Amino acid sequence: MRARGWLVGAGALLAGLGVLAMGLELAGYDAGRALGALWSGAFGSWYAITSATLVRAIPLVVIGLGLAISFRAGALNIGAEGQFYAGAIAATWLGLHAGSLPSALAIPAVLSVAILAGALWIAVPVLLRVRYGVLEVISTLLLNFVAEATTSLVVQGPLQERQGIYPQSDAIAEAARLPLLPGTRLHAGILVALAGAAVLHHLFTRTLWGFQLRAVGLGPRAAEISGRIDGRWMAAAALAVSGAIAGLAGGIEVAGVSYALFQNLSPGYGFTAIAVALLGRLHPLGVVLAGVLFGALEAGASAMQREAGVPAVAVYVVEAVVILVVLLAESLRRGGMTGVAAIGSATGARARG
Amino acid sequence: MTESVALLGGFLAAAVRVATPILLAATGETITQRSGVLNLGIEGMMLAGALAATLGATAVGPWTGVALGIGAGMLLAAVFALVVIGARADQVIAGTAITLGAVGLTGTIYRQAYGAGGAGLDLPTLTTIPLPGLSSLPLLGPALFAQPAPTYLGFLAVPVVWWLLFRTRVGLALRATGESAEVARASGVPTRWVRAVATIVGGGFAGLAGATLVLAQVGSFAERMTAGRGYVAIAIVVLGRWHPVGVAIAALAFGAAMALQFLFQTLELDLPYQLFLMLPYVLALLALAGMVGRVRAPADLAKP
Repeated sequence: MRARGWLVGAGALLAGLGVLAMGLELAGYDAGRALGALWSGAFGSWYAITSATLVRAIPLVVIGLGLAISFRAGALNIGAEGQFYAGAIAATWLGLHAGSLPSALAIPAVLSVAILAGALWIAVPVLLRVRYGVLEVISTLLLNFVAEATTSLVVQGPLQERQGIYPQSDAIAEAARLPLLPGTRLHAGILVALAGAAVLHHLFTRTLWGFQLRAVGLGPRAAEISGRIDGRWMAAAALAVSGAIAGLAGGIEVAGVSYALFQNLSPGYGFTAIAVALLGRLHPLGVVLAGVLFGALEAGASAMQREAGVPAVAVYVVEAVVILVVLLAESLRRGGMTGVAAIGSATGARARG
Repeated sequence: MTESVALLGGFLAAAVRVATPILLAATGETITQRSGVLNLGIEGMMLAGALAATLGATAVGPWTGVALGIGAGMLLAAVFALVVIGARADQVIAGTAITLGAVGLTGTIYRQAYGAGGAGLDLPTLTTIPLPGLSSLPLLGPALFAQPAPTYLGFLAVPVVWWLLFRTRVGLALRATGESAEVARASGVPTRWVRAVATIVGGGFAGLAGATLVLAQVGSFAERMTAGRGYVAIAIVVLGRWHPVGVAIAALAFGAAMALQFLFQTLELDLPYQLFLMLPYVLALLALAGMVGRVRAPADLAKP
């Protein structure tokens, strides 16, 4: 079972890179040189691995882990991008004022407000779902646009740099910044991502909560009828947690990478993380691997643009092909799936077997 | 007095212009969702339509652009249909992947075709076609009857799609497929073909919406220029309760909320413009909350 999954993943990646190479040759680029640059930009050196690939993988993994929780419960949070920005705004605000605190206090404080902001941002969709039955797919999606406009508003208003020229904030206090691995740009957020994956793995496979979550995602009615699970509450809680975690990712990005807030802080992390969560089959280890893969592709893409003149966005085609091939392989084997819930069940089977 | 009438007239015209691409995309998505397919790739199909329209308009002329835009949307929708209907794969994931791929593909082709400088503003666009007589009506005349052709197409599509969905055997088969594919299949409906065709038609509408955005609204292409309009169209389908008339009303209301920012810019109110950027989305959320208990999605939506 495991070996098959690896095989499918490797095959999908090869197919994606093959499509890219073919397209580049047709468009008149030097495909060999482009793929070489992609590889060396992602894995070519210790610096590339740590400072490019892993730094980009961190937000994808963190958000992806949160989304795995909500997707397992059958709640489709498509608004991680917005929750990420809510977390980033809150972290910046506190980070600017945390200069007098020691790091041991400033960092946890900054990350905590980011979590809180993410949770607050998703509180509206949670409330609308529980109280009015509004589909969270739509409500979380709509709030992405509101979050982006809010970011634009605060970087030209209350959080704008002191000189008031550029639409961005000042750098946050040194004390609020995450420690770096010496000689690289890899920050302590990687520990948060890995610890989160380990904790989730334990919760999903070894606790009653993990079982109930899956039960709710697979069949809310059956879970209700069993009388032991309040499905509505479980799904709402899972949704809230996923938002809080996406907020945390925004806080980590500010405290570990950008040190400041500006528009387009996220190159679509919240959307790519949906693909990461699903490609990782909602399994914590799978999410880590998928996150590193997509982080590597996007890190390599920048190198590809610098060294071979190929637009970096071309790498999204590779990501799309990887997802579609894995999807095709999965559904051909299973003879058809039924929605996101089926992924949860597939994951469950895999986690046990 | 005449000044405020002119202001209001301008606002209404802007509202209709902004609403048109969303109306077109949402009308197509209504057909698709009624057949039981949730197409999140609509955002990517709009983007593909926008780029194809730019290429076609540059090479030949605006109407070639429109045709290529529709074709590009249908082509991507066919790929989507192959994956979700042919192989019965998950619709949410496949739709996300299609949009991701379209962002990459359009960005790459655009830079390859036009270089870093972009297509520029010399793109031949669709001009407005004032309808004789009607366009000189006060207030509503210029807003409704002095628009480019896609707006008229969008309005025309509303009764046509309504008639198709609710007054024909094809429409009955399509709705039955969306409500219960199993029952429809048992009564002889080729459900997979129905869904495939509904998906590809929806993709054509999305492509036309993208072409409209470029050729009748913005006047040039930019990477990721759809900026979530495809996703908005999905929200509009829900707000319009999966009914063409409801969808048209929701799309126009959303367009009006978006056009408010132009109105307030002219009034020179001392408020941050971002508040007006948020407004349409906040209003849509409130409207969704207000519809409590009165909406029901097609029962077999997003099930393979």
